[in-house]
Amino acid sequence: MTPFFLGFDVPPYRLSGVVYGTLLNDAAALAALGDAVHQAPYKAPPTAPVLYLKPRNTLAAAGAAVAVPEEGGELEIGAALGLVVGRTACRVAEAQALEYLAGYVVVADLSVPHTSFYRPSVRLKARDGSCLVGPQVVPRSTVANPDVLAIEVTVDGRVVQRADMSGMRRSTAKLLADVSEFMTLRPGDVLMLGVPHGAPRARAGQRFSIEIAGLGRLDGTLVAERELAS
Amino acid sequence: MKTARVAYGGALHDAVPHPQGLQLEDGRVLAEDAVVWLPPFEVGTVIALGLNYADHVKELAKELTVTTKDEPLVFLKGPGALIGHRGFTRRLKDAALMHYECELAVVIGRTSRRVKAADAMAHVAGYTVCNDYAIRDYLENWYRPNLRVKNRDGGTVLGPWFVDAADVPDPHDLALRTLVNGKVVQQGHTGNMIHSIPALIEYLSAFMTLQAGDVILTGTPDGVVNVNVGDEVVTEIDGIGRLVNTLVGDETFGR
Repeated sequence: MTPFFLGFDVPPYRLSGVVYGTLLNDAAALAALGDAVHQAPYKAPPTAPVLYLKPRNTLAAAGAAVAVPEEGGELEIGAALGLVVGRTACRVAEAQALEYLAGYVVVADLSVPHTSFYRPSVRLKARDGSCLVGPQVVPRSTVANPDVLAIEVTVDGRVVQRADMSGMRRSTAKLLADVSEFMTLRPGDVLMLGVPHGAPRARAGQRFSIEIAGLGRLDGTLVAERELAS
Repeated sequence: MKTARVAYGGALHDAVPHPQGLQLEDGRVLAEDAVVWLPPFEVGTVIALGLNYADHVKELAKELTVTTKDEPLVFLKGPGALIGHRGFTRRLKDAALMHYECELAVVIGRTSRRVKAADAMAHVAGYTVCNDYAIRDYLENWYRPNLRVKNRDGGTVLGPWFVDAADVPDPHDLALRTLVNGKVVQQGHTGNMIHSIPALIEYLSAFMTLQAGDVILTGTPDGVVNVNVGDEVVTEIDGIGRLVNTLVGDETFGR
């Protein structure tokens, strides 16, 4: 059964539940690593898109409460533009790539903060309820250029991050082309363009919001894991 | 009990083994090559283990920076990677090293959250065989193994049968092997896993709720060698199944 919040009123009408993220697409995030990218364990900067999955246990609706593990006590609030695939995309050319999208959606990609990107860090990135999607999919036709969208993150009502998509190493179209070269994306799949560098952190008891111009505002709250434990 | 999911005559069917091949739920008996085999259960989240056999760790030791004492090396895969028994996987012309990996696939049977190892086996519905291909040319040291190596279309083969957990008295006492064109190239034993099935379920369910249909690919032993276009790769696990895959070239995909 598709959870209710994965349904939308634009094609493909519901999300597939398959959500991919893109690591270090923001040039500033890669630059911040400095010379470390040339040293062990990385040895070289990434060439292909570095992807990860937010599996089905992570998916939650806009407005959800997210559990913060006691260890560390904080989550990183990754604010991402979600590209919603509208038709099967296999080996799409960059020039046509946007035509494969149904629309766009705000994604809150929450992780336990980590500084090593050598291993996939599933324990830190795939925690229950750590991927909020919503509040709505907006049709592609309503967004003239996804690569300039402004994004704003607040914690407890205070603006803690302002960014836009123009600093991404791969644009929306380029990312779709490079990803679909080796893995086919299906209608309803979501591919995150990448989290802007400098993602804020928040603790249990705090509220956060992510707003992308034209897409709406996604709200969430953080609660201590032990309070959510059943 | 063993069950499969196949396509035949314009519809999807459940099937069980039969002396002549398999039998559909509607009674029809068919040869093994008369149907299209799908992954044998509705697959949820695909959780894969890297470096979970001590001998394989040794095999790769030169290029690794981890030891077997680290926490399990877990990575996730998307649904596009999955294909069934007797399927075809693309062997890229440009890649120097593409290899199979024979793995015991553990299928979760019910919602599992913070399960202790001692109780974990009650959450296992059953098992199947997995051949999880990798193209090592594309390895990069970012969220390694990166998806371009491990999440390619059609690169994760599952089947042929889903075998009930009740029919497998000890999943850590199974011999597994891979044959390329009939020649044994990889042999191992599930007793040599570094992190056992109950340990993996405890580890995973501590931070992610596992659901029925989620599958844990428990890693592969040593003996991974390059395969080429036209090769028939058979991964088999005693008592679980014999999974066949054939490698086809770029031209099959119009490349």
